[in-house]
Amino acid sequence: MKEKVIEVRNLVKKFGSFVANDDLNFDVFKGEIFGFLGANGAGKTTAMKILCGLSSPTSGEVKVAGFDIYRETEKVKRNIGYMSQKFSLYEDLTIAENIRFFSGIYGITPKNRKAKQEVLLKNLDIESSKDSLIGSLPLGWKQKLAFSVAIFHDPKIVFLDEPTGGVDPITRRKFWDLIYETANRGITVFVTTHYMDEAEYCNRVSIMNEGRIEALDTPENLKKQYSAKNMDEVFLKIVRKAE
Amino acid sequence: MKQFIGFLRKEFLHIFRDPRTMIIIFGLPIVQLLLFGKVINTDIQDSKIAILDQSHDNTTREITSKLLSSGYFVLGEELFPGDDVEDVFRKGKVKMVVAFGSNFEHKLEREGKADVQLIADASDPNIARILTSYASGIINDYVKKEKLQNIQLPNQINTEVRMLYNEGLKSVYMFVPGIMAMILMLISAMMTSISISREKELGTMEVLLASPLKPIQIVLGKVTPYLLLSFINAMTIILIGVFFFGVPIKGSFILLVAESFLFILMALSLGILISTVAPNQMVAMFISALALMLPTILLSGFIFPIENMPLPLRIISHAMPPRWFIVIIKNIMLKGTGIMFVWKETLILMFMTFVFIALSIKNFKIRLE
Repeated sequence: MKEKVIEVRNLVKKFGSFVANDDLNFDVFKGEIFGFLGANGAGKTTAMKILCGLSSPTSGEVKVAGFDIYRETEKVKRNIGYMSQKFSLYEDLTIAENIRFFSGIYGITPKNRKAKQEVLLKNLDIESSKDSLIGSLPLGWKQKLAFSVAIFHDPKIVFLDEPTGGVDPITRRKFWDLIYETANRGITVFVTTHYMDEAEYCNRVSIMNEGRIEALDTPENLKKQYSAKNMDEVFLKIVRKAE
Repeated sequence: MKQFIGFLRKEFLHIFRDPRTMIIIFGLPIVQLLLFGKVINTDIQDSKIAILDQSHDNTTREITSKLLSSGYFVLGEELFPGDDVEDVFRKGKVKMVVAFGSNFEHKLEREGKADVQLIADASDPNIARILTSYASGIINDYVKKEKLQNIQLPNQINTEVRMLYNEGLKSVYMFVPGIMAMILMLISAMMTSISISREKELGTMEVLLASPLKPIQIVLGKVTPYLLLSFINAMTIILIGVFFFGVPIKGSFILLVAESFLFILMALSLGILISTVAPNQMVAMFISALALMLPTILLSGFIFPIENMPLPLRIISHAMPPRWFIVIIKNIMLKGTGIMFVWKETLILMFMTFVFIALSIKNFKIRLE
């Protein structure tokens, strides 16, 4: 049995009378790439915010990285990384300054930081741009950097909120190489996306509709179960069935 | 603590890297102060007047030279009987005409009264009022001292006017507290709200909230740099006021510093409140500019006296924090009063700070839910 890094039991989130998350139950395992799919407004952002400690659930039990989301929020936050869809680095700071700031927040010592920073710059092949402002970099670089910074403190899980929006297919493919590398290092990747081809890259995929998880399995099994050629069809069948 | 210092370093980098922010923080206070202190000066100085002297005797000549040597007036034109007075106004050459009646000295000595007419260009009513009152003051003063000392007039009441706390009626005395209030509002409230809403707009706020930083640390980290800068600004304005414009500090300097600090805290909490309702920088800027700057300038008593406002505006002006701050600063600097006389205003500012912080926390919680 693999180690569980996220456990969700009977998670309910209501905004007034609107139910954004209706009784969610799922587990995510160590080192897995977990795709979190759903149409706009299906409730995936809400669920992700709860997992990251940005929002608290109405009821239910949630454990992230082995810690209870209600009582051990701080420990949860120390063990997760988060990258929003806007790449979330400071455009008016240089690469080195961004790294310095974010490692400061996570309490990484300067010595550690320098060693890790060198590796990071080398891996991304941008050693010479260490002192360029983020704002002057191409989008693909920013995205990879934002991701590298999000996992700079070696979290157990990294949450990616639609990380590849507005990026061309080649850059997207390269970005996914980075995600695979990360998962191989044992870091769990929890990713929301709109792109169904990206869903195929995930180890397991959950599909949400109107606040509920309608399906959760590997892309292969889902395709078999819904007798579909690709994830696109699976997704459409699930959403239409619900209607 | 290390986290916090790292956060501050980042904030200062944001400030120093952005030319617009730098101009607002360091250029604006000085420009404003010089502008209001030197250029937009409502003091009367070297105003051009015309003299129409129909009697040309010693007294009228002496009065004329008194007027012209007062520093308030210079001779723009000399008129002669028959000249069209309105014509000089139309040409815009002079602001006031002083016309002496005929046989001035003679009438004054024999009958104890003589005619002098002050005709002012009241298309600018304030200036016209000030010019005529200065001129009649000078004339009365001269007549009383030089001419009437030996004449006993029955039952005469002499009014003696003294302008307490600002004998020279210098408008810069009014501008220094007003500009201080305005600049501190601008930098503390507007810059803070913009800087917080920028993090929201760029998506970095979510990253910060998902990090081990506590919300209170984030807010303090955002606010502290502006607290420091506002404080430096307040001190700069006071120093320029004192050493460049000669505004006195009659009361306690420490009390003045403490009250400035309170006002900055109030403005910062207002800035935080604005940022909790504004989704992005543009909205934050509009709220700050429209809801803060205009009322600060118009309704705080800085430029227009509150007593002259219609009732609804007077009531609204009570909700303007600068109104109370200006009263406090004027009391301390010009009248030299202590906390005994400004405790009410101080409490109001404290109360406002408290309300803004409470509302911010409430809004913040709603957003997180």
